[in-house]
Amino acid sequence: MKPEIRNSNDESNSKFKIRNKGRFIIRISNLIRHSNFEFRIFKHLRISIGGGILALLLGICVISLPWTLRSSSDFYFDRQRADSALLSPQTHSPWLWFGTSMLGQSLLGQCLAGGVISLTIGLAAAAISVALGVSVGLVAGYRGGWVDSLLMRIVDVLYALPYILLVILFKIALESGLGKALHSSAGANLVVLFLSIGLVSWLTMARVIRGQVLSLRTLPFVEAARAAGVPGYRIFLRHLLPNLIGPITVYATLTVPQAILQESLLSFLGIGIQKPLPTWGSLASDGLGLALAPVASCWWLLLFPCTLLGVTLVALNFVGDGLRDAFDPKREGAKV
Amino acid sequence: MARFIAWRIAQLPVILAVVYLITFGLVWVAPGSPYENNDRALSEAAKNDLKLRFHAQSWEQFLTYYPWQIVRHGDFGPSLSYEGWSVNDILRSSLPVSMALGLVAVFIALIGGSAAGVTAAVRRGGLLDVLSLGMALVGVSLPAFVVAGLLIVIFSDWLHWLPGGGWGELRQIVLPALALAMMPMAYIARLTRSSMLDTLGNDYIRTARAKGLPRWTVVWKHAFRNAFLPVFTYLGPATAYAMTGSFVVETVFNIPGLGQHFVNGVKNRDQTLILGTVLVYAAFLLTLNLLVDIGYAVVDPRIEVEARQQ
Repeated sequence: MKPEIRNSNDESNSKFKIRNKGRFIIRISNLIRHSNFEFRIFKHLRISIGGGILALLLGICVISLPWTLRSSSDFYFDRQRADSALLSPQTHSPWLWFGTSMLGQSLLGQCLAGGVISLTIGLAAAAISVALGVSVGLVAGYRGGWVDSLLMRIVDVLYALPYILLVILFKIALESGLGKALHSSAGANLVVLFLSIGLVSWLTMARVIRGQVLSLRTLPFVEAARAAGVPGYRIFLRHLLPNLIGPITVYATLTVPQAILQESLLSFLGIGIQKPLPTWGSLASDGLGLALAPVASCWWLLLFPCTLLGVTLVALNFVGDGLRDAFDPKREGAKV
Repeated sequence: MARFIAWRIAQLPVILAVVYLITFGLVWVAPGSPYENNDRALSEAAKNDLKLRFHAQSWEQFLTYYPWQIVRHGDFGPSLSYEGWSVNDILRSSLPVSMALGLVAVFIALIGGSAAGVTAAVRRGGLLDVLSLGMALVGVSLPAFVVAGLLIVIFSDWLHWLPGGGWGELRQIVLPALALAMMPMAYIARLTRSSMLDTLGNDYIRTARAKGLPRWTVVWKHAFRNAFLPVFTYLGPATAYAMTGSFVVETVFNIPGLGQHFVNGVKNRDQTLILGTVLVYAAFLLTLNLLVDIGYAVVDPRIEVEARQQ
């Protein structure tokens, strides 16, 4: 009986149905009134669904850290078991849910620990890109003149080099100094990875921010502030920065998936993260050969890390693009 | 226009010089030397010969002698890790491979992407619309090596349509080019779709339809030519992606291209090889970007070239 009623509702009176669904939906019904509802609903759902998935994944990975990092636990990411290498996923004990790796490590444990590292790499790159990109963009756009030319030419030159080429160059350059300073090659490797990926991802941010500042600084409120004798740094912080929050959030969000992908490519080329430490990308690249073998395929080695990676990246892109559409109504919808 | 082009061409050597300095600086700080921990061990005689002919361990050489050789003779010097090879030899054998692969990939991406995008815009919610969206999602969410691996499994192991690696035959370029084209193609499709949707809403489209022009004439001649502009600007980044993405694709498909040599150069701390490859990459990309900018001004006469210069 019930499905029939729902069907007739769907066709005839969608507004009626929507009103009955509480506060969240009422907001959507307001939006529907302003036309183009298909995209607007999608836009807001995209941000919340993407954000929800991200929070869930990150939460699970972080909460499980006490187990994945304790060497006595079954989930310890580097607990090697000679007798249980390459077991396919089994349901009877949790550490076997994702199967085991070539060295008999629990793939679930590796995926959980790897998630933390992958996401940290993404977030670190985003943080660096915000710090560097925003300050370069602000200074270049606001000061103008030779400062602007100099900074933008630097950005141009770095743009001229392929992205991954620069990451690799930064990485080999930074490795020595940090290795000595930190007295631990694994730690240095991790920090160098954060830095080298971060150091190339601020370019787009700098360009975008500069463009925004160029148009903002001609507006009357900035002129008024300047005329009133407000010092430069205060104009930056109080008048320009609040207007830039939109693009900063958007491009920071879009930097995270790029950085995570970048790391996976580095790991695949053998210059990424160092062995016992896992990331989703390095797990996928390690499993690639075994999983794609024509006979006796170890599919789980590729499926689980790739699914986690893929879901995270899609969610991040959803949030980033959704935010971009929300902040810039002119670019309605359409892009992935 | 001529002034703009001349100005941009004049910039090229300066930018390349800065690229050289940056690369040299980064490579120079890097630890290790090509003479130690090299997986392709050089013979003692070769090492001595290299050290005599080319003092790779003195940085003054890299700031004076070496750039001078490049400018004067186009000579990038001997490779420090491949015995008996000069960097020029390596470039000569591998650059055409990478360029062919990259250009075929960009071509596939451009044709496939814009066709799919236009169809997706005209038939919203249709099969191609959903398909291009799905592919774009795959493109942003899976590393290139996974996509390449899956292509090999599907088209080579299961269907036996195409060879899954190697280089030399025409058939062998299809899969790697497709793997490389996947991401830019999906992106171009989405880009074309959204800008087509913008364009199709314009009054002049309705006018064209109202005066009785056939639907597809309007779509291709009136709408697409205007909607193509954003795609055109994306060509620069797309080529950059196709060339650097080839690092990975070349490894998966076992293709003797430039990317592999660069990665090996990095692993072996082969300074001359790294400098040579980076310079060639940068020169290639800069030229392409320049061509795209000029082409942009030609395609869209409204654009003030002088304004873009700033």
